[in-house]
Amino acid sequence: MKDRAFRKSLAIPFALFLILFIIIPILFIIFYAFTDSNGYFTFNAFKEFFTSTTKLNVLLISVLIGLFNTLLCLLIAYPLAYLLSNPKINKSYILVLLFVLPSWINFVLRTGALRDLLSIILGWFHTTTGQHPLFCTMVGMVLNYLPFTILPLYSTMLKIDYSRIEAAKDLGCNPFKTFCKAYFPQTLAGVISASMMVFMPTISSYVISDTMSEGKIMLFGNSIYLSFSNSDWNGGSFMSLIMLVIIFLCMLLTGKFQKESEKGGSGSW
Amino acid sequence: MVKKILSYIYIYLILLVTYLPILYLIVYSFTGATITGQWSGFSFKLYGDLFKNKEILTALGNTLILALIASLVSTIVGALGAIGVYYMKNRTRKIVESINQVPIVNAEVVIAMSLTVMFVFIGQKIFQGKSIFSFYTLLIGHCTLAIPFVYINVKPKLTQMDPSLYEAALDLGTTPTKAIHKVIIPQIVPGIISGFVLAFTLSLDDFIVTAFTRGPGLLSGEGQIETLSTLIQAKIKKGAVPPEMRPLTTFIFLIVVTIVIVRSIYVNVKAKKASKLLSLHKKRRIKLNEK
Repeated sequence: MKDRAFRKSLAIPFALFLILFIIIPILFIIFYAFTDSNGYFTFNAFKEFFTSTTKLNVLLISVLIGLFNTLLCLLIAYPLAYLLSNPKINKSYILVLLFVLPSWINFVLRTGALRDLLSIILGWFHTTTGQHPLFCTMVGMVLNYLPFTILPLYSTMLKIDYSRIEAAKDLGCNPFKTFCKAYFPQTLAGVISASMMVFMPTISSYVISDTMSEGKIMLFGNSIYLSFSNSDWNGGSFMSLIMLVIIFLCMLLTGKFQKESEKGGSGSW
Repeated sequence: MVKKILSYIYIYLILLVTYLPILYLIVYSFTGATITGQWSGFSFKLYGDLFKNKEILTALGNTLILALIASLVSTIVGALGAIGVYYMKNRTRKIVESINQVPIVNAEVVIAMSLTVMFVFIGQKIFQGKSIFSFYTLLIGHCTLAIPFVYINVKPKLTQMDPSLYEAALDLGTTPTKAIHKVIIPQIVPGIISGFVLAFTLSLDDFIVTAFTRGPGLLSGEGQIETLSTLIQAKIKKGAVPPEMRPLTTFIFLIVVTIVIVRSIYVNVKAKKASKLLSLHKKRRIKLNEK
């Protein structure tokens, strides 16, 4: 018994860390979101956020860019992961590793390099990066988040049960129908986790949108960063709280999806 | 055949595009021209400039010191935490694990903001308005990012472990501390190593948490701690990537490539050994069956 207590006591620093630097800071955010600079209870930040068209616009644009980026990444990465996981085309893990390798180089440096490169390329067409903020931001986002989309898709596609696809073909499905009915449902879990890996970081990203659009596109992350540099703790906390709620809702939604797809997967076979 | 060629074109085209920005920096590190996109002949001038650039060297030193300390602390706290939590009741374990999951799914800005708000509050209320932002707040920020990942890397190794080995060690008369040191830790070393590596890379790459929680200290002395991320960000906000950064990119790229090659060779050798053992084992079984 004493020994068990000793083993448990090893977790004390860990538990303390979780409480002090994860739970309490979130409570601080909630506290700051609903108080003013003197520490009195108020709905000011709440009212300010929901009546300010610029802030609501930032939220809307962030969600739209997040969705657009998720879609682009999936459209590029899905066929790519399919090819990489297909034993007829690629057998080694090295090629997959090559796609992930750039993400080990400092991402601020990569973003800067991409911006410089884009400005050279756009220079050939006599324009600048500053004139196409949305295009540049999207290029930056897609290139940065592509590895995070490829990996989950690739790992679910490796586990695919090819007998189902054979069965679908034998039962007379055309290639398109085979894909829709036999292949895609098996990869749904990967698609969902890949989407999550892209969507939420995109909304809350700061460096990519700030650098690539040269400050012209404000995402939710930029907005929070701005309130940090203005020492607006109450407004910043409220926006962080909104971000937390969005993340929570996404987790809830995807958790439900994943459960259903598991159920559907086992139920239909 | 055509299908196959098209597939390869697709794969390598995307691979090329993802590498272009880095390749561009590496290629242009071998010229003396400081303006982006200009080539003034082959030269190692920028490599000399890099080692004379105090700003970059300071940032590099800060980044490495911070990453090393943060990942060491995170690995110790996270790995010991995983061992301790493993022996807790199911319900407590579930609660701890769901709290541990929070920073993993949470946005980095929110983590950074929440810590910053807390540090500001402590500074205002407890330290009479003095700022408590320093190397230690930065370290806490990086550990908050890394510890949950160390935990989820170590935990599966613990569940795969044979629990009776630890009991056996105790029955044979070792002290609990020694049993953990000699029995449990050797079995979870792969998880600890991958956790450490992940913590290290998270710290190296981080911008947001660093920008929020840093204060004066380390090699920056009285000034705000600059890491590579914050330094490069400040530079590219004003203009192009500084020319001295190009040779640094070459070095980083070479290090990363070397690590990947060494690792894949190591994994390959291990897999070959395992398959050899397996085939030996099979042969023996066949022989036994024949008898």
